[in-house]
Amino acid sequence: MNRVAITGYGIISCLGNTVEAVGHSLKMGESGIIFDEVRQGLGFRSPLTGAICGFDERALLTKKQCKTMPDFAVQAHTAAVDALQMSRLSPEEIENEETGLIFGCDSSCIAAIEQVDLLREKGETKQIGSGHVFRSMTSCVTMNLNTLLKTRGACWTISSACSSGGHAVGQAADLIAFGRQERVICGGAQEINWQSMCSFDALSAFSTRLDDPKRASRPFDAARDGLVPSGGAAALVLERYDLAVARGATIFGEVKGYAFSSDGSHISVPSQNGLQRAMRKAISLAGIKPADIDYVCAHATSTPAGDAAEANNISAVFGPATPPVSSLKSMTGHELWMSGASQVVYSAIMAQQGFIAPNINFTEPDEFSAKLNIAAERIDRAPEHILCNSAGFGGTNSCLLLRFS
Amino acid sequence: MTDQEIVEQINISIAKEFELDQDTLTPETTLFEDMGLDSLDIVDLVIVLEAAFSFKIREEEAIRKIQTLGDIHTFVINKKREQENKA
Repeated sequence: MNRVAITGYGIISCLGNTVEAVGHSLKMGESGIIFDEVRQGLGFRSPLTGAICGFDERALLTKKQCKTMPDFAVQAHTAAVDALQMSRLSPEEIENEETGLIFGCDSSCIAAIEQVDLLREKGETKQIGSGHVFRSMTSCVTMNLNTLLKTRGACWTISSACSSGGHAVGQAADLIAFGRQERVICGGAQEINWQSMCSFDALSAFSTRLDDPKRASRPFDAARDGLVPSGGAAALVLERYDLAVARGATIFGEVKGYAFSSDGSHISVPSQNGLQRAMRKAISLAGIKPADIDYVCAHATSTPAGDAAEANNISAVFGPATPPVSSLKSMTGHELWMSGASQVVYSAIMAQQGFIAPNINFTEPDEFSAKLNIAAERIDRAPEHILCNSAGFGGTNSCLLLRFS
Repeated sequence: MTDQEIVEQINISIAKEFELDQDTLTPETTLFEDMGLDSLDIVDLVIVLEAAFSFKIREEEAIRKIQTLGDIHTFVINKKREQENKA
């Protein structure tokens, strides 16, 4: 088995469009949540959302290139380019069969709506144009990045609801560990538009703390009342460790273990043991013990049932003395398909800058989170071993064990 | 529209759609090699021309034979003249 190095990362999120900006927001505990008046006017139960601000879609791409890309694919491209620049891999070093692309994504809603609207309006399919067929596929991220970056290895998208990004990073690491690829550009992307969120809003799963948007997402807090949808794109460059060392790359961290599990239970209510099976396996694969873990980057989305289940799962693995736990969704909202990958990028930023970001808006535990060591305030210490949880509808769980030094 | 006005309108529309420098466009400019278009772009080219000149392009065979910008000029001028004659 090969060791897997993290040599680059990039992100476009509601916390910022650069690693530096996102690092500042994480450090200061700043929320990226806004009140969207458009959603309110449309009849959303909750008009709260994360918002990407100041992102220039045309900064790196031509009109022709953007034609086949929805906004989140463009954001994924920018994040990937930033990650590659950080890795200092040249174009020649990735334009080969040993370089792959795996992203997590589980929808592309706008293009699907637009193509139907165009057909109804114009009365012939020809008027839909050439871009929509590509924009409307959930694999639009990897198909476009493959074309733009000219990688020639693995190229596919993983769809597993809100654990898509976690499984994408995990499978990318596995391909390198098993010797199937030398490097993989991986991550997750999530559309942030209201069109893709209206049916989710219908489930009454979103927070209605409308008077105070930045305090609406409060994972593990006793007064939590639902999640806040969000999105963007996160990307990482993973490389075979020995090759990264040989080319003199800066190694920011390692993926030491990736494990998965599924609940085999309810479609939307997480089980009491699914996530812990993945956590235990990831810790075991890394060859360490629960006590070695310095920080749990929780999946917790701020829903009553989900956070309680995760708290119980974490308690079952760590016992009464858990490491510091925080859910960054308290600041970002739930980045859904992207979240499992963005947690890895956020973890890399925190480790690099020497802090554990706070679980903001945590003021009072419930009976489940009372058993956890929730980091309600920033901890100014660089975590070495980080466990990243993610879980999705249908009970699909991903757990990544990262090591930073 | 005069032939010259049609040619200018075509060049403006194509330059805008495909982000090309209008000054580099000549009748001899080839669509695929010089302009860098591909088969997907032709789908959008048809939409652009239909919108610019208010006609429908149904001559699939004629479109497939187009190689240069000059071929487009000729195709559109002929279409416009047909349209005028019918009117």
